[in-house]
Amino acid sequence: MVMLVVAFVSFSLFTFVGDPVHNMVGEETSDVEREEIRETLGLNDPIPVQFMRFVGNASKGNFGISYQLRRPVSELITERLPATLELVFVSALIALITGTLLGVYTGINRKSFLSDLILAISLLGVSLPTFVIGILFIYLFAVILGVLPSFGRGEVIELGFWTTGLLTISGLKAIILPSVTLSLFQMTYIIRLVRAEMMEILQMDYIKFARARGINERTIHYKHALKNGLIPVITIAGINIGTLVAFSIITETVFQWPGMGFLFIQAVKFVDIPIMSAYLVFIAFVFVMINFIVDILYYFIDPRIRVKSGAANG
Amino acid sequence: MKIKSLAKILLTLLLVFNFSSAWAANTIKWSMQGDSLTLDPHAQNEGPTTMVSRQVYEALVTRGLDMSIGPQLATKWKAVNPTTWYFFLREDVKFSDGTPMTSEDVVFSILRAKQPTSDFKEYISSISSVKAIDKYTVQIKTKEPNPILLNQLSNIFVMSKAWATKNFSIVPQNWNASQETFASTNAMGTGPFKITLREPNTKTVFKKNGKWWGNVEHNLTSIELLPIANAATRVAALLSGEIDIVTDAPVQDLGRIGSSGGHKVESTPQMRTIFLGMDQGADQLRSGNTGDNPFKKKEVRQALYQAIDIEAIKKKVMRGLSEPAGIITFPGVTGYTKALDKRLPYDPEAAKKLLADAGYPNGFDVELRCPNDRYVNDEAICTAVVGMFGKIGVNVSLNSQTKSKHFKELKNKKGDFYMLGWGVPTLDSHYVFHYLYDTGASWNRVNFTNARVDELIKVMEGEVDLDKRNAAIAEAWKIVKDDISYLPLHHQVISWASAKSVNVPIRPNNEPLFRFSSKN
Amino acid sequence: MDNKNMSIIERIKDSDIYFSFIKSPTAIISSIILLIIFFSSFFVELVAPFNPFDPSSLSLMDAFTPPSWSQDGVSKFILGTDGQGRDMLSTILYGSRISLIVGFSAILFSLILGVALGLTAGYFGGKYEMIVMRITDVQLTVPSILMALLVDGIARGLISKELHDEMAIYVLIFAIGISEWPQFARVSRAATLVEKNKDYVSASTIIGVSNILIMFKHILPNILRPILVIGTIGLALAIIAESTLSFLGVGVPPTTPSLGTLIRIGNDFLFSGEWWITFFPAIFLVVLAFSINLLGDWMRDTLNPKLN
Repeated sequence: MVMLVVAFVSFSLFTFVGDPVHNMVGEETSDVEREEIRETLGLNDPIPVQFMRFVGNASKGNFGISYQLRRPVSELITERLPATLELVFVSALIALITGTLLGVYTGINRKSFLSDLILAISLLGVSLPTFVIGILFIYLFAVILGVLPSFGRGEVIELGFWTTGLLTISGLKAIILPSVTLSLFQMTYIIRLVRAEMMEILQMDYIKFARARGINERTIHYKHALKNGLIPVITIAGINIGTLVAFSIITETVFQWPGMGFLFIQAVKFVDIPIMSAYLVFIAFVFVMINFIVDILYYFIDPRIRVKSGAANG
Repeated sequence: MKIKSLAKILLTLLLVFNFSSAWAANTIKWSMQGDSLTLDPHAQNEGPTTMVSRQVYEALVTRGLDMSIGPQLATKWKAVNPTTWYFFLREDVKFSDGTPMTSEDVVFSILRAKQPTSDFKEYISSISSVKAIDKYTVQIKTKEPNPILLNQLSNIFVMSKAWATKNFSIVPQNWNASQETFASTNAMGTGPFKITLREPNTKTVFKKNGKWWGNVEHNLTSIELLPIANAATRVAALLSGEIDIVTDAPVQDLGRIGSSGGHKVESTPQMRTIFLGMDQGADQLRSGNTGDNPFKKKEVRQALYQAIDIEAIKKKVMRGLSEPAGIITFPGVTGYTKALDKRLPYDPEAAKKLLADAGYPNGFDVELRCPNDRYVNDEAICTAVVGMFGKIGVNVSLNSQTKSKHFKELKNKKGDFYMLGWGVPTLDSHYVFHYLYDTGASWNRVNFTNARVDELIKVMEGEVDLDKRNAAIAEAWKIVKDDISYLPLHHQVISWASAKSVNVPIRPNNEPLFRFSSKN
Repeated sequence: MDNKNMSIIERIKDSDIYFSFIKSPTAIISSIILLIIFFSSFFVELVAPFNPFDPSSLSLMDAFTPPSWSQDGVSKFILGTDGQGRDMLSTILYGSRISLIVGFSAILFSLILGVALGLTAGYFGGKYEMIVMRITDVQLTVPSILMALLVDGIARGLISKELHDEMAIYVLIFAIGISEWPQFARVSRAATLVEKNKDYVSASTIIGVSNILIMFKHILPNILRPILVIGTIGLALAIIAESTLSFLGVGVPPTTPSLGTLIRIGNDFLFSGEWWITFFPAIFLVVLAFSINLLGDWMRDTLNPKLN
């Protein structure tokens, strides 16, 4: 459903914004020639026919040719896909691990000074625009200290259609600043979420019962409380992966990371409609996929849902 | 016997060495703020465009590292009379697709460069006919004796007739009308490199052309051109090792790059003058508010001239790396003198008075058009002069855009007031007059017209007596300088910054010659 | 009758808010900071030491002056100057005005749109409600920055280049506004659903008060509190969105620089040691957003604990 709506939006983009013919030929082309091109491109067909063709092509990964770069959009996207996904993956990992740890800490030690500090910093994190964080990092680590690169992916290794920067030292160094920058915003959310969950769960009966049974605090915190607290975290983290993909636009621009977000920004500046619509479809696809995966994960982590959905289906 | 076997061993070693060095990928990653506008070698006469073409295409003659003219596709030439030349071609030249280059291709290319859509037609407008005498001899006739024919031919690149015909690229791409052709996105020449990937404004990959006829003096397997518009990012990329050489290092970052340890910076006065042009032909300014064209009055032009504090621009915007200019040509060009290059003094009070005398005591509105990715700190210079014009009451709005748009709109006669930079590849003043001052010339967007100057340009083209010719050049310069048809700003100083392991000799025309470059 | 009662209740509530405001130092401090910023941005002509857009007051020779406390600083340029010799403090204040105007207008736009749609959806229900809520669902899955970028891109395609610079600020307001409205729609619909079934609404319907009057006179005042909370937090988001778009180069034109544009321009000088050109606008932006967020946090706790 969502996919269909997005497909329609990107199709409308394609069809109604900017004349595709105008973008393909020069200003001196005659009207007759233009009409011929329109005909061969099928732009004179009824709109529903055009839409069906668009969906058909899109599902095959065919989004036409970039106005600006003059190369098939699908090719451009697949080239840049690994860069963005690696960045998002590393960021999500950082946000999830660090966010959970800090969230648990602040949830357990509610009154400590460190907890207050972490929370204050996390609110500051929400107020700091991603690009400002990026600039601060570049200034600190690349300009003043000169220890980390502020540009690009470093050396990449080709593994078939995939290129990875995670297997070389320069690639690993290059991913540190952008991924940390990208993860901060999500991390603050996860800290607050885990903290709230921990606080709620620690009040529950079964925890009190566990305490009464004399199980030590560590086991209670990490085995009983955290395990249950993680369920909402997984949902949010899942949904936020989509947000990370979108926010990578900014991070990629600041660090000149050769991913899809960078491509998209160029496309917006040059009104490169095929790339814009393809990117939109891609993002929607990511969202739908993530929702799907989260549902499955849920199913495995929380036995209650298994029972419920089984009952609902039956 | 012994010597022979020794020679054999040496030869084998040499082969092995060559072989292995060919296998080890050796790539120079090259960056500048803008990209080549088109790969069609005759469609745009613009610095970075020629820089890219030069690695792939070759001309009959060429300038070496020291900027002197020498043979390239032609091994020798002679003029049998003042207007008839013979060029004898190298016989072992092949295009990178393996087909041999012959006189047919040379004739085709010169005629192609004379087509209306060519941006090089003014270059060789003196050529009246060109024909193939035999497979490796070309005859060129000029209308009048032409003392600078070789200079001009050094920028006319030779294409394959068969390739251009097969790919529907017989005439040059109509760049001004945004046309795209096969030859504008692909290149196939006789040069030391060939282009294997072209993504405009993103990435261009040059690979070593194994079929090149010349002595390979470089040790590169490929070059990647990665334009980065943002100055800070370009420097970051260089310092992080993503880029090996930047041919327009931002002036504000030279100190930092030089002190980084792994990098070096070289600067040289460039053969390019930056100036502002004012359309004096239009009856009414397109972006004006007075209903007339103030630029028609010399007082107004002089007022704007004297409002420019060029020393402040040199110190603050260019950080000392520029040479204030009085004319649009620079030391080393025939006709240049120190006296001509002297500027009118900076004097905002006098400027205000001149404006009032011309009938604009309250100034006027106009839009200044600037590129933002072509010249050193182009946008910053424009912002600075806008402020200076504001001080004498001329309200200038700034329209800065990427160079492809800037040039296209300029060529299509949009805009009243614009920035441009002019290099002189022929090292002769004629080139400047022919493009910028001749009535109706393609880059004469100020619509300057002066019958005497037109006459003098004819003299420059046909006069073989050097004294008479120099006198004509001097007279022409005096006329246009007194008229203040353009507002000269400064001669650009260029800086190349590169990793220490990379050696690309710097040249005053800002053109890298990668066939003389190496990376260790 | 009704009206008078309302205003008395409002007054009591107001004093409640006043009480908790007095007790919260963060709220006081952040409001003071915000007041100062708002005042100096909107009356910038009176406050700023220079007018950075008046060429006659500029001198290129002043360019790149560091902040007054550093070695080469000059006391008249407290925060130093940029590459054109403009006083940083003045430039920031002028930029902050642009950022605030865009932020406020965008959030106002999304507030009106969101509340109108949410209110009517909750009130009328049926197919209309389903469609509106479906749209909010879909749009909520699209991150707002992406939405804004997309709208900006489309606008670039539709508006001619000549008009684009003049239109840029409106496009920006629309782009940010359209990406924030679903929040308002959701909250106002939820509140409307609750209010709709209360006796006084049914009573009004029976005595024949028109739908529009009921919505605006009776339901709207009851959902003001959550709207105010979302609006405050949304303002911070809108300001950040504006600066982000301008930083990416698709926001306001450089002739009327906002905070984001200033940061982008200053970014060019980061490597050459002129840190203040990008640093101060960035700090100003962070302080602004942080104060709004603090205030929003406090408001959420005080006005509407349920939202937490």
